Amino acid sequence: MHIQRNTNQHTHRKTVFSAIILGVSLLLLVRLFVLQIADPSYKAFARSNYLRHVTDFPSRGLIYDRNGDLLVYNEAHYDLMVIPGQVGDIDTLLFCNLLNISVETFESRLLQARRHSRFRASVFERQISKTTFAAFQEKLFRFPGFFVQPRNLRKYTYPIAAHTFGYVGEAGPSVINNDPYYRPGDYIGISGIELAYEKELRGQKGLRIRMVDVMNRDIGPFQEGRHDTLAVAGKDLHTTLDANLQLYGEQLMQNKRGSIVAIEPSTGEILALVSSPSYDPGLLVGRQRTRNYRALQNDTLSPLFNRALMAQYPPGSVFKIVSTAIALQEGVINPGTRHNCSGIYHTRGISIRCRDHPSPVDALSSIQHSCNTYSSILFQQTINQPRFENIQQSFDHWRSYLESFGLGQMFGSDLSYELPGIVATSDYYNRIYGERGWRSQTILSLGIGQGELGVTPLQLANVTAAIANRGHFFTPHIVRAVDTPDNLQNRFGLANHIPIDRVHFETIAKAMQLVVEEGTASFSQIPDVTMAGKTGTVQNPHGENHSVYVAFAPVDNPRIAISVIIENAGYGSVWAAPLASLMIEKYLNGEVNRTWFEQRVKEADFITATP
Amino acid sequence: MKSQFNIFHNVDKPVIILYLILVSIGWLSIYSADFIEGQSGFFSLQTSYGRQLLFILTAILAAGAILMINARFFYSFSRIIYAIAILLLVSIFLAGVEINATRAWFRIGGFAIQPSEFAKFATALALAAYISNIRTKKPTKANIYKSIVIVLIPALLTLMQKDVGTTLVFSAFVFALYREGWISGIVLFMGGLAVTLFILTMIFNEFIIIGVLASITLLLMFFLRKRQGSAIRLIGLFVLLSVYVYSVDLAFENILQAHHKSRIEVLIYGDSDLQGAGYNLHQSKIAIGSGGFWGKGFLQGTQTQFNFIPEQTTDFIFCTIGEEWGFVGSITLIGLFLALLLRLIALAERQKSSFSRVYAYSVVSVLFVHFAINIGMTIGLVPVIGIPLPFISYGGSSLWAMTLMLFTLLKLDAERLEMT
Repeated sequence: MHIQRNTNQHTHRKTVFSAIILGVSLLLLVRLFVLQIADPSYKAFARSNYLRHVTDFPSRGLIYDRNGDLLVYNEAHYDLMVIPGQVGDIDTLLFCNLLNISVETFESRLLQARRHSRFRASVFERQISKTTFAAFQEKLFRFPGFFVQPRNLRKYTYPIAAHTFGYVGEAGPSVINNDPYYRPGDYIGISGIELAYEKELRGQKGLRIRMVDVMNRDIGPFQEGRHDTLAVAGKDLHTTLDANLQLYGEQLMQNKRGSIVAIEPSTGEILALVSSPSYDPGLLVGRQRTRNYRALQNDTLSPLFNRALMAQYPPGSVFKIVSTAIALQEGVINPGTRHNCSGIYHTRGISIRCRDHPSPVDALSSIQHSCNTYSSILFQQTINQPRFENIQQSFDHWRSYLESFGLGQMFGSDLSYELPGIVATSDYYNRIYGERGWRSQTILSLGIGQGELGVTPLQLANVTAAIANRGHFFTPHIVRAVDTPDNLQNRFGLANHIPIDRVHFETIAKAMQLVVEEGTASFSQIPDVTMAGKTGTVQNPHGENHSVYVAFAPVDNPRIAISVIIENAGYGSVWAAPLASLMIEKYLNGEVNRTWFEQRVKEADFITATP
Repeated sequence: MKSQFNIFHNVDKPVIILYLILVSIGWLSIYSADFIEGQSGFFSLQTSYGRQLLFILTAILAAGAILMINARFFYSFSRIIYAIAILLLVSIFLAGVEINATRAWFRIGGFAIQPSEFAKFATALALAAYISNIRTKKPTKANIYKSIVIVLIPALLTLMQKDVGTTLVFSAFVFALYREGWISGIVLFMGGLAVTLFILTMIFNEFIIIGVLASITLLLMFFLRKRQGSAIRLIGLFVLLSVYVYSVDLAFENILQAHHKSRIEVLIYGDSDLQGAGYNLHQSKIAIGSGGFWGKGFLQGTQTQFNFIPEQTTDFIFCTIGEEWGFVGSITLIGLFLALLLRLIALAERQKSSFSRVYAYSVVSVLFVHFAINIGMTIGLVPVIGIPLPFISYGGSSLWAMTLMLFTLLKLDAERLEMT
């Protein structure tokens, strides 16, 4: 056997072959450079592959009333979550049967979750029932990529104060885009206390980073849990509300449109805030929230509208306590100043009607009998004071008093969605009548609380509290303390002083006491309780007059100041005053003895009965 | 003479050192890929690294045995070895078992043996013997066809076993034939062009490619207008390529098996279908890409340790290196392979018999194709084709066959002086 000797031709081809090998190696290196150094995305992919970010949701803070009565708490429920990138071949049919959804729903939800993020958890099904949860938990290992996240839902001890509590819902896209704290599916306070105290109530979410293997099995904490944070529970809120009074107020207001605002004058704490008609706050929780919300929204009685903070009424005769106090301070009248009233007041072509009452009247009895003539005269005298160069100056001076009472502006308190009310400016009248086109008689209706005036029930109650305090008020607010009952909020502790002397407020208070004892509200006296009040009957161009009443009690040491407005109920003395007297009796005495009186108010119906 | 009894006499030391380094890197990578904390036993046959250690030791013993055999044995028995290899490939159809959808294995005891790995060795020997026996200065057309048939027989048999990867490896012999002058540079160029056009056809619409080809042809016709007959040849080439591109598109749509089609589509369209065909490649790229410059460290690769990559110890072993040793590790491994291949080319060139040279080139070519395709597929340059990374991947058949090929080459080289 002989092996052929080397006949070595084509030696240059060695170079070609070596070049091919080098070229291919270079190609591999370039590609590796791109993958390993130039392109950072694979590092993120690797992390998301084996790291799971588990969010621990803290329980939302509880809400108590002023006496430590629990009003709002939490109940556990479960959200079914999905991480689309990990969903493998699962038994879709079994899955859909467990959840009782169609395969199309399954596909579309998965697609939606995938559009959000392939690696981050999305909510697949909200608030699954306990039985579904139990059935699901057993078979969860067969559905990789799915897991169950415990969450909390609000529960309410009493079906009261819906507007005040507000509600909790999922954070919308605008919130998520502006605040990195919120992720899709997170809950956030949307109105009321839940909105105003969202930061305190929500607490701090906890984050745990877990490692998982390819089967999505938990391997343990990432880097011994060095990056993990614990969830911090939300802080409890201690509200100023008196649950009994709130509940009683809502009962009294049934079948009526309107509101009650009760304030503790010495602190500005809101004892009761009733807007009627209202709804059960439990309706705006959980899966049914959207449906119920829509139903409430379409209700012609607009139960979602918080009248106590947002309805703006002309105050009517109740306003006389303010305008008289101003006139006394301005010195255009003194308590003894008397005027005759013939039942109608004429001035330069304008006439204002008055009720039948004894004449003449002084400052006190004019309030006691709600005399329109007297109020018109003192208003004109206030505006026509010769010390002012023109009506603009004198009007703006008068107007500044109203502002000091908190009218025409928002309190900026801890209440969501309050409205400022309406107090026209001299500019406004200049625009309408021209700079020289208006006189005191042009705006005469302001003197009796009609015209370009809009006051919210909250503002009205606050004016009453200011009179109860004889010249100052504390910003009305709804939360006393955060976290513990002793941890009082001090931002509402500063008194707002009204530039009217105390002696004039004493005069007003005395007049208001006469209203109750011998005047328009004498029908609503409370046994053994001194009360100062003022009735109002607000002309309503759309229908029956609104019944208005403000009061505080006891007169010498006021513990409650209240405003009541009942829409389309007629005279203030007939409905609003009795209702307010019941509230005051309930609050001061703890119980109401005038049961027939109570019965009459509760049974009054101004919604279904009105044509 | 003392050296006569030393089996390492005249054996190329750099190649042996490179071999040992690569095998060690391979074992460490398999150890890391299969490592489970708390589980011990380097020698336990329950673990893949335990078994690989056994394969390495037996492979080294086999290498020693080869160095003791007279080099002439391989020339003399080349036909018989080839015949046995073909016989084994045929008997697969009778007694083989199916693993990973490929019917290419014999099961003996606890181990599976893949005859197609050894067929590469046998084919290299047979091709070398056949070419070296042609004494004319230029081979006839019949000689060339016969040499191609020698390669095609085992290639078709592996294709029938649905082992597309190994079939493709047989194309490596083209390089050996090219070096001997049996295949012209134009054929090699056309081959490269065919592969490039194939991939381009997958990416772009076939009419776009034909359009580009037409414009290139027109440009060339303009520049070569002085040369006689160039226009006709260019147009002929253009027509040929256009027909090829069109038929590739047709074949892709109609003939290719679904899983091959999807693998190619995955490569072309990037990180798509991540749960299905794209999963392997995607996870592989994540592993290598997340390695960064320095890597995550031995046993620290999250992709590797948490088993995100399928076929981690075998076809995708490069992921472990890329992830845990980073760009530095990748460069080092590619450098080692490059050093081995270039050293083997140098050995091939110093052979005095054409048998040794053809055999040596065959070995270099097979190693090169394995190396390029395996690493290329893990980083998304080549479709996912299941072939191992020589000396690195887990598996006895592959390691033994590659060791056999390499040390036979070393033995032929060691005795080259006596071959005259």
